[in-house]
Amino acid sequence: MLVPPPPIWRAGETLGEQLAHAGVSRRDLLKFAGRMATLIAMGPLLPGQTAAIAETIADKLASVKKPNAVWLQLQECTGCLESTLRAGHTSIEELVLNMVSLNYCELVMAASGNAANAALDATNREPHILVINGSVPTANAGYCTIGGKSTETILREAAANATAILAVGSCAFDGCVQAAAPNPTGAVGVRDILTGREVVNVSGCPPIADVITATIVYVLTYGRTPPVDELGRPLFAYGARIHDNCPRRAHYDAGQFVTSFSDQASREGHCLAHMGCKGPDTFSPCPVIKWNGEISFPIQAGHPCLGCTEPHWFDRNTPFYHALPNIPGMGVESTANKVGAVALAAVGVGIAAHGVATLVRRHLRSDDDTPPSSD
Amino acid sequence: MSTRVVIDPLTRIEGHLRVELLAEDRRIKDAFACTTQFRGVENVLVGRDPRDAWVFAQRICGVCTFTHGLCSIAAVEDAIGYPIPVQAKLIRDLMMRTILIQDHVIHFYQLQALDWVNVVTALKADPAEAARIGSSLSNWTGNSRGAMAETQETVKKIVESGQLSIFTNGYWDHPGYQLPPAVDLLAVTHYLQALTFQREMIKLHTIFGGKNPHPNMLVGGMATPINMDNEWTINQVRLDQLKAIVAGTQTFVEQVYYPDVLAIMGFYKEWFDIGAANPNLMALGLAGTWGSGDPNLYRGNRLEPGLLLDGDFRKPVPFDLSKIVEYISSGWYDYSVGADKALPPWQGETNPNYTGPQPPYEWLSDRPKYTWDKAPRYGDKAVQVGPIARMLLAYAQGEPSVVTMLDAAMAQLGIRLEQMNSTAGRTLARAMESVLMAREMQAVFADFAGRILNGDTAVFNPDKWEPSSWPQAAKGVGFVEAPRGLLSHWVQLEKGAIKNYQCVVPTTWNASGRDPSGQMGAFEYALAHSKQHPLTDKDKPLEALRTVHSFDPCMSCAVH
Ligand code: SF4
Repeated sequence: MLVPPPPIWRAGETLGEQLAHAGVSRRDLLKFAGRMATLIAMGPLLPGQTAAIAETIADKLASVKKPNAVWLQLQECTGCLESTLRAGHTSIEELVLNMVSLNYCELVMAASGNAANAALDATNREPHILVINGSVPTANAGYCTIGGKSTETILREAAANATAILAVGSCAFDGCVQAAAPNPTGAVGVRDILTGREVVNVSGCPPIADVITATIVYVLTYGRTPPVDELGRPLFAYGARIHDNCPRRAHYDAGQFVTSFSDQASREGHCLAHMGCKGPDTFSPCPVIKWNGEISFPIQAGHPCLGCTEPHWFDRNTPFYHALPNIPGMGVESTANKVGAVALAAVGVGIAAHGVATLVRRHLRSDDDTPPSSD
Repeated sequence: MSTRVVIDPLTRIEGHLRVELLAEDRRIKDAFACTTQFRGVENVLVGRDPRDAWVFAQRICGVCTFTHGLCSIAAVEDAIGYPIPVQAKLIRDLMMRTILIQDHVIHFYQLQALDWVNVVTALKADPAEAARIGSSLSNWTGNSRGAMAETQETVKKIVESGQLSIFTNGYWDHPGYQLPPAVDLLAVTHYLQALTFQREMIKLHTIFGGKNPHPNMLVGGMATPINMDNEWTINQVRLDQLKAIVAGTQTFVEQVYYPDVLAIMGFYKEWFDIGAANPNLMALGLAGTWGSGDPNLYRGNRLEPGLLLDGDFRKPVPFDLSKIVEYISSGWYDYSVGADKALPPWQGETNPNYTGPQPPYEWLSDRPKYTWDKAPRYGDKAVQVGPIARMLLAYAQGEPSVVTMLDAAMAQLGIRLEQMNSTAGRTLARAMESVLMAREMQAVFADFAGRILNGDTAVFNPDKWEPSSWPQAAKGVGFVEAPRGLLSHWVQLEKGAIKNYQCVVPTTWNASGRDPSGQMGAFEYALAHSKQHPLTDKDKPLEALRTVHSFDPCMSCAVH
């Protein structure tokens, strides 16, 4: 069961304008402000006084412009925020200084300690956009605490009044490296804690900066979260496999493969399938959006795709330099179902039931394009 | 009667650090550094293919991204005796220097500057004066009056809106802020320009590694082919881009970062007498030095690995690999040999056992164990690592580039060598080595491009790729002079898989808690050893932040 999120403010509009759109008049706002005035004063007020205070409150409220945002870092490496710093299209400074009021973000906020916690508590009480990097350790709350609170408490408190919840990065998606076998801290992703809430998963280790900021801008622009796939990932970014858009795809189709990182094929940009490329199994816009201002992406720079946007990639995709079993020219031409079974066996108990179902569907879907023979 | 002061979260760092202080009469009397996150990456690595290890290890940290990957690869290549082509070494050198400088720049502007620079006061500045001061410091083209006015307008809009975003609840009325408004404005302008700079500079990683953070690399070399006649490889277009990045980097650190740090620390000279940490410094060489095996055997390292001990900053002592050990007396771990014993990293153990209070809690350090950080020691010494150790070791060894620069800075600021072991000194050393790194990058790039011209395009050695070519059992160590100091990864292999993996990380050294003999790590020592460290307002612990930030803490590195 998903709880529908309350409407979110549009970029550039004041609350007054937002309310007007929603059919709330200035008179309604004043009435509301009058009630607020009485509450704040906590005592009887003369009629004139109430009206004056109400005016002030209404003005303040109406001029509030930017949505507040909380950006949590739980169990993680800060790579996702570093990625965000590199965003080229909507830059971090534009995002943080113009589009949202980022009232809590440990990496960049001025305040520390009590002052930081006060900013978090105050923002948590109001509607806000919540971005989360990092996983939650479930084996022992002592594995990660912030401000003396457990990671789970920090997450739940910030989620309570959140109007949109964006789990950014592989850690927030499903625990990433710390959740790889034997998962020493019992790390899980955000959706395993906030069950019943709508969580958008911007997966990747880290995700491409422009995908992170675009997801936030989408929310600000449309006032709702973007449509997502079965794993909660925005379709605008995770709708196609890397293999479908790969510039080396012609070589795959022609059966031209790199077989050593020092061979002639590697110097001519042939397909990396035999070197372990996970592109045929990975939904991500890397070949389309590319990285760091459209400079390149891993396959373009000569290294096989590691598949970091997919669930439990550190278990499912290792050993990294072994070819996927359904790659032509590798001896056994497995069917998609067999591939799925192998992937599932490798991952073992690491994936929750919904993830398993998705994996199977994924592999059935990739059966559609019959792999060509390499000879 | 001392008061308890807690700073948690200690922000503008990487990861989760809690600092507990005992304060009296506006002075810090005792300090405890509590790292409050554990993930267990070392344990996850056991049983894996060593060629995959760098992917796991790199995720230890996304700020010094690349560094742990490189160290992992160096350790694995040491274990299996895997030589790499010269061009692969040069590519790694370029990538390492890139992350060093990029990391230092982000640390100063985005993480540290707000301790010294008051964003709100910048509103009172005359943009023309800010521009004048800027152009008196360097020829940087971004110091125009227009740039200053634009910054001021941006800040004004934020302050007037009442929604202060990342500046919410800052300590803007704290008397510790002492810069003239025009310098505040200049620094805030450079804060914004630094964001643009780091986005450009990091493209070097994208060209060689396909992405950043977490670029790709390879045991046995690099995966990026060089072929001047192909559009998907390192070719003339890429060389031109690289050349521009390397040149732009030198411009920014020489014209913006270093002059800013010199000027700002000049206004805060008393901070060269505050925050001295353990007077034992350790380094292998200049920033970016890296390699496999015993660092005493590295070729091409201009310096001897060494230490400066007991406050004698002029007499280097030789480095001995076998003296590195780790204690867990203040960390939430068990050792099979007993909690008060030390283990060398190849025999290292990571057995987490959280015995602290269940959250929510108020105080951690009234128990002997209060942190997830282990306590590395060199023999029985608690040592400090980082830019300050590298610069002072190089100075003691008479490295000309360092002697010239450090002498000039000390003369300009009117400080003595001993005062470099301080909050301001660590900050200055970081900026200084960035300039040296940027100049070195030019030389490394020229070497790389020149070799291509001579037909040297090999980036990968296939000889030891297959596990069948590896010894049945082996151990290896990799070292990197990383942004925050000396990093080492220690790996043991058996039958083609990882048997044990240990990382001893710069912040593991600096953030460590008490060892069995009660010695403090560098953070704790810098805050509490003198018992004179200022703390004017316990609700606004600005001074403590200055000292902790001067180490550039990376807690996900420290505890991995
Ligand atoms: S296997 Fe990898 S390199 Fe080859 S075409 Fe597919 S995505 Fe590209």
